[in-house]
Amino acid sequence: MPIKFEHVSHTYGEGTPFCYNALNDVNLELKEGKFTAIIGQTGSGKSTLIQHLNALLLPTAGTVYVLDRKITAGHQPKKLKSLRQDVGLVFQFPEYQLFEETVLKDVAFGPKNFGASEEEANQKARAALRKTGLDAEYEERSPLELSGGQKRRVAIAGILAMDPKILVLDEPTAGLDPQGAAKMMELFDSLNREGKTVLMVTHDMEQVFRYCDEVVVLENGKQKIQMDVKSFFKDPELCRQLHILPPALIRMKEMLEKKGFEFDEDIMDLRSFSKEVARQVKKNG
Amino acid sequence: MKAVEVENLTFSYDLEVNAIDGVSFSIESGSYTTVIGHNGSGKSTLAKLIAGLLEKKSGKITIDGFELNEENLREIRNRVGIVFQNPDNQFIGSTVRDDIAFGLENHCVPREEMDDIINRYAEQVRMTKYLDHEPTLLSGGQKQRVAIAGILAMKPDILIFDEATSMLDPKGKDEIKRVIRDLHRESSMTIISITHDIEEVTTADNVVAMYKGKVAMCGTPEQFFADPSQVRKIHLELPFAMQMEEELAKQGLKLDRTITMEGLVEQLCR
Repeated sequence: MPIKFEHVSHTYGEGTPFCYNALNDVNLELKEGKFTAIIGQTGSGKSTLIQHLNALLLPTAGTVYVLDRKITAGHQPKKLKSLRQDVGLVFQFPEYQLFEETVLKDVAFGPKNFGASEEEANQKARAALRKTGLDAEYEERSPLELSGGQKRRVAIAGILAMDPKILVLDEPTAGLDPQGAAKMMELFDSLNREGKTVLMVTHDMEQVFRYCDEVVVLENGKQKIQMDVKSFFKDPELCRQLHILPPALIRMKEMLEKKGFEFDEDIMDLRSFSKEVARQVKKNG
Repeated sequence: MKAVEVENLTFSYDLEVNAIDGVSFSIESGSYTTVIGHNGSGKSTLAKLIAGLLEKKSGKITIDGFELNEENLREIRNRVGIVFQNPDNQFIGSTVRDDIAFGLENHCVPREEMDDIINRYAEQVRMTKYLDHEPTLLSGGQKQRVAIAGILAMKPDILIFDEATSMLDPKGKDEIKRVIRDLHRESSMTIISITHDIEEVTTADNVVAMYKGKVAMCGTPEQFFADPSQVRKIHLELPFAMQMEEELAKQGLKLDRTITMEGLVEQLCR
């Protein structure tokens, strides 16, 4: 059981006039090796939630279990350093956090900080850079002179270099062009296939539809829904209630159903959907 | 009449690589034009050049018939407004009211006229309720709407949105898209929207597609999507309707090219 939230609440500024209850009695279990999407409107508690995973924030009530650690409200957590090595958290627009002189140094900073030798750290950094698609030519360049998409890759390589068991991503493709975003998602998908548990905060339903196994919906600091992706998108009305635009394929299905087409609700990919549409058009035409 | 004419424009940040490399195109006055292209293709640089915020290396930019040069710079900056990507980087005032007033103060608009103007544009972006709110209490979408009001108060002829919705959540994105659509419908303003949203491109009047600092294509969305292999070559994706049309063709169902889902449905139900 890599992640479990038990009655977790988080209140910012408790006991002050600015007191704000960002998480409210969240109960959640995430299985090992899954690719989970966390969705919800701004202010629903997504960022607060994910910062509990590596104890950047501590619960003000309840208990968070991450891998073999237990973080309970009111108790100072132990083994924080190893927890932060096991849970790699990539913030939004992580390219703003690059600071070293060269790409290699920036990526090697994490492993070095966790006690790796210079040589070992560089080796890990190189491997991480290759995974994100940056070849040796980039190693000695200043991270600050790269393009936005390349900087994002460096920042993500910095987290991968620590070889986390759980990868937590906060809107990792925001601002990237469609092809850059697709490549990034392919990377996370392959890391997930290698066995890493991946959690991703996103607003992009096409990505959720295509890559994720499970959806967690937060609303006003409460966990509203936890469902596998296929069941979640079977009912487009559910999406609309949550102010979410369903993926294009689902919308197309709906539009055609209104015109008399009939589809099996399990059809979820473009190829089988198109095949079925073609069959029905030919039959009726 | 042309709102923007760009001829053989070249610009470089480092004197080595041309970020904008011999670019020519024009934009009709009153049209809605989207500018698309991969990260680093030169879209934002182009926007800043048109707004007179960067200085070209060579070539010519003409705005509403005025050539962009030192003499006309002030005139052109009055005519071109630009809304940037990050809602937090363009909020200057301590309240919504102050923020909209900032540009007016710089233009020495008399105090008695200011209130009217502020109210008018706050209403246009549906922010009247928030006039005395501080920026920290606003959502990203609301901040962007205030930025738009502040620019509208300057009465520009051309309004550029440089990925103005890319940092917003779906609700914020919808708010801004609605404001832009209303502006386009209700005013004669020329709208230039830099975007990665391929579905937005399908609803625009024109598309300028950038690739590695050059214009790869300039025309209507239909013209742009006419050659799918070309679209993929410049690292862009096809709208869903076209992806599906390709799949249907593989199943032996040939349809006319269509770039919208509505167009596809219509053909399938014929």
